[in-house]
Amino acid sequence: MPAGIALREYTSVTEVSGPLMVVEGVEGVGYGELVEIETPDGEKRRGQVLEAHLGKAVVQVFEGTRGIDTSSTKVRFTGETVKLGVSMDMLGRIFDGTGKPIDKGPEIIPEDELDIHGYPINPASRQFPRDFIQTGISTIDGMNTLVRGQKLPIFSGSGLPHNELAAQIARQARVLGEEEEFAVVFGAMGITYEEASFFMKDFERTGALEKVTAFLNLADDPAIERILTPRMALTAAEYFAYEQDMHVLVILTDMTNYCESLREIAAARGEVPGRRGYPGYMYTDLATIYERAGRVSGAKGSITQMPILTMPDDDITHPIPDLTGYITEGQIVLSRELFRKGIYPPVDVLPSLSRLMKGGIGEGRTREDHANVSDQLYSAYAEGRDLRDLVAVVGEEALTDKDKKYLEFADRFEREFVTQGRDEDRDIERTLEIGWDLLSLLPERELKRIKDEYIKKYHPKYRG
Amino acid sequence: MGRIIKVSGPVVVAEGMRGSMMYEVVRVGEERLMGEIIELEGDRATIQVYEETAGVKPGERVEGTGAQLSVELGPGILKQMYDGVQRPLEVIRSETGVFIKRGVDVPSLDRSKKWSFTPLVKKGEEVEAGDFIGEVPETELINHRVMVPPGVRGEIVEIADAGEYTVEDTIAVVKTPEGERELKLMHRWPVRAARPFREKLPPQEPLLSGQRIIDTFFPVAKGGTASIPGPFGAGKTVMGHQLAKWCDADVFIYIGCGERGNEMTEVLEEFPHLEDPKTGKPLMERTVLIANTSNMPVAARDASVYTGITLGEYYRDMGYSVALMADSTSRWAEAMREISGRLEEMPGEEGYPAYLASRLANFYERAGKVVTLGRDSRIGSLTVVGAVSPPGGDFSEPVTQNTLRITKVFWALDASLADRRHFPAINWLRSYSLYLDDISRWWEEEIGRGWLELRNRAMALLQKEAELQEIVQLVGPDALPEKERVVLEGARIIREDFLQQNAFHDVDTYCSARKQYLMLKVMLEFYELASDAVANGARAKDIAELEVRDDIARLKYVPEQEFEKAVEEVRKKMKTQINALLASQEVS
Ligand SMILES: Nc1ncnc2c1ncn2[C@@H]1O[C@H](COP(=O)(O)OP(=O)(O)OP(=O)(O)O)[C@@H](O)[C@H]1O
Repeated sequence: MPAGIALREYTSVTEVSGPLMVVEGVEGVGYGELVEIETPDGEKRRGQVLEAHLGKAVVQVFEGTRGIDTSSTKVRFTGETVKLGVSMDMLGRIFDGTGKPIDKGPEIIPEDELDIHGYPINPASRQFPRDFIQTGISTIDGMNTLVRGQKLPIFSGSGLPHNELAAQIARQARVLGEEEEFAVVFGAMGITYEEASFFMKDFERTGALEKVTAFLNLADDPAIERILTPRMALTAAEYFAYEQDMHVLVILTDMTNYCESLREIAAARGEVPGRRGYPGYMYTDLATIYERAGRVSGAKGSITQMPILTMPDDDITHPIPDLTGYITEGQIVLSRELFRKGIYPPVDVLPSLSRLMKGGIGEGRTREDHANVSDQLYSAYAEGRDLRDLVAVVGEEALTDKDKKYLEFADRFEREFVTQGRDEDRDIERTLEIGWDLLSLLPERELKRIKDEYIKKYHPKYRG
Repeated sequence: MGRIIKVSGPVVVAEGMRGSMMYEVVRVGEERLMGEIIELEGDRATIQVYEETAGVKPGERVEGTGAQLSVELGPGILKQMYDGVQRPLEVIRSETGVFIKRGVDVPSLDRSKKWSFTPLVKKGEEVEAGDFIGEVPETELINHRVMVPPGVRGEIVEIADAGEYTVEDTIAVVKTPEGERELKLMHRWPVRAARPFREKLPPQEPLLSGQRIIDTFFPVAKGGTASIPGPFGAGKTVMGHQLAKWCDADVFIYIGCGERGNEMTEVLEEFPHLEDPKTGKPLMERTVLIANTSNMPVAARDASVYTGITLGEYYRDMGYSVALMADSTSRWAEAMREISGRLEEMPGEEGYPAYLASRLANFYERAGKVVTLGRDSRIGSLTVVGAVSPPGGDFSEPVTQNTLRITKVFWALDASLADRRHFPAINWLRSYSLYLDDISRWWEEEIGRGWLELRNRAMALLQKEAELQEIVQLVGPDALPEKERVVLEGARIIREDFLQQNAFHDVDTYCSARKQYLMLKVMLEFYELASDAVANGARAKDIAELEVRDDIARLKYVPEQEFEKAVEEVRKKMKTQINALLASQEVS
């Protein structure tokens, strides 16, 4: 880009509304380009071109438009898209939501400058994810297995322990038979200081900090900046994974706040809103974040994503969880009811799902009986839960002996399989063993989803 | 040549465009991004751009190409994975690496590959559109028929000898009333125009999928249309993959429209190793993938469905039966909504443009069983299945509703079934097929007598169960008389042992029509015996505990070759065991 064109400065802001401003009389401004803004009192901000016309540009301002006026605010069009300077020195460092260091460490000397929007991965260069990640959490490993390169969100509700669960996963996640630990890229959007410091302390406590890169946009940081934060995090992750051959776990929290910012911009632009006021392109926008997970041929590294979102009103049909679920490869759903019963982690396995589970388990990966045991646990627990509802109406007397066994199964499943300690790292053998112990409560003929040979081999009755 | 005056996401407005035509392909900006004119007003054109527009500036130029958005039709389409505008993704990968970058201009069909061509006509013969002039073995499964393109008729004045040719070599010259026309192995066709045929016929033969709930309960006919709406995680993609794997079409076109990249990768990795149950050849040999994943440019979603259906029509024209899956049509509709919003058109329901319904209708209308062009009056078919992703799983939303108005089969996916791992999670009470009567003749003649009656009896049993379940929810199972409890037991067998089908089980993943028929028959026989036994004093509970119940449950896992024998055994066992039960009752 010739320098003459790159630096075009204007003071012709003609309109400011919400997070947007209109600059007139501009020339050669490209769609999506990065804008630098200086307010009358010298404060520097950044923005991005949302609409480029002949002689006019609509700009969204990341740090908010407060203090921007229509006479002396300076606007400079850089001719470039928003970029992040990346380097291995980013590991162990903390940045704000726009990629500036905030941990008092030195500036990063970039090895490369990458467009934070990235490029779509060519489906022809993807490799289907199949490597089992042991998280040490039974409900995940046993029934909703995570694999390397998957995008598996946690659907939570406000006040539920999703942060504890995510931190525990980040701490315990490992691929069996490999020494190497995951590098963690942590992107925070609009969470509180306490929540953020919970994560940072946890990383510190376990000595993981030097493998963590954090981008923090906190609750009192500008809302529009949140549009950048996950993209910063993923750009760093792509650099680690595809250029430095690392396996990266990306935790993004809270995607709900991200979506609120999207809605705010859409409203300011006067767009025709989609469902519940969220923009019609929210699906596509979220996809440009979530689809940046994966494994690709020719690179040793991988990106596994674990976004966290709080479902407004615990409603899984709300557009944020709904659109997320349509893009991600499953979801881990936390339940308020289990939480109230004092169960940690309160994972409700029934609506939870890992779509990539089948390729990551079985002989040579976890254990031959894994898929069968998981299926059987699902159907037995579903049956038990149905009966619980029935008992609430007609009382327990109406049940057959077999039904009572299912009820007992459901209770013990929640107390023994779902429940585990916050530092309890169960290996997959242990998880399957607990599963078998519980299944042995049921008459053997009920275990229809398990092959006979596995019953003979793993059922406690035959193991002696 | 025009000049850009506005860029807003995938939509670009240019002026100085007088003389351009609607749906003309244009090159936008310095990087010559591919776009299509979607609105013309005076000298101003609105263009949807099929590539990312970041960095495109007002003032840059727009160049017309004089051609509408078209696909290249000729050998080399099968086994490919294309993007929405028919660019081969493998070739793009060799140009730009792991990521898809912009401005890549690659031909859809390989220009250097030589195909072995055998002529089927002689010099001096009169030919018309649709006639075969030769053939090329395109893959192990598909013989590519080289046809006289629509609009051409006349005398063959030159025809190439058998030999090796590229898609651009001239293989015939036809003397038409308008002058001589050179024909090549390939020709172009604009995707938004349906390819012509002679006549539509009523679909009467089932498209067998090997999936019991589909083939036996809610069948789709070859040349028919079906929709599969469902909330996330209910099983649209798995069903799409199952159809692609096992349905008995000659050619399968899978359009991943705004969906996950890994789903396409899975097909690419898996299909070359899967055998077609009919021929034993790798399934990839009959498959075409169109991948416009959710993170790829939105405008190309629109192109992807048209590209896919045009390829489908082309193979239909050769006389093949083609099946097409579009996953998901909702993402296509959303792309229409986004573009329409940027055009500031008057929004209809939930912000979708008013033309949503007619676009969907036009798309499904391109399905059909037809007499093709060409003098041999051959028959080809194109079956279209559309996945729908309703927000919040709510079927009352516009895309689902408009789709249901057009398609003749409705497979209603149900989150509560998926949650309890009842797969395929197709709700048997809400789903329907309007082809049932038309295709029942095929079943009765080819598979077994009384098929429709069997199916209807099973359905009635399931209906009855639903009514009884409501009572149970109120008063508990104890309140039901024995003869109704046995209904519950019979329905349970149909639900668990027939309808449930595990896509990931080696044997269960595919179930032949014959096996389906025999399974259902023996299950209903068991139910009859059980009802009689109950009428004679047996208890439903004891019947449920009979050992033969386990054998019935295992039937689905019995391989096809051993199946007839297994059914006979079950039939014998159930008679003995029920008789024994009755006998013991009389004693006590
Ligand atoms: N027939 C089946 N047999 C076994 N498992 C199934 C079957 N159908 C669906 N499943 C399970 O359900 C999961 C979700 O299915 P699928 O990916 O097809 O959902 P979907 O409806 O396409 O969701 P989305 O709309 O988000 O793409 C699968 O990963 C698989 O575990």
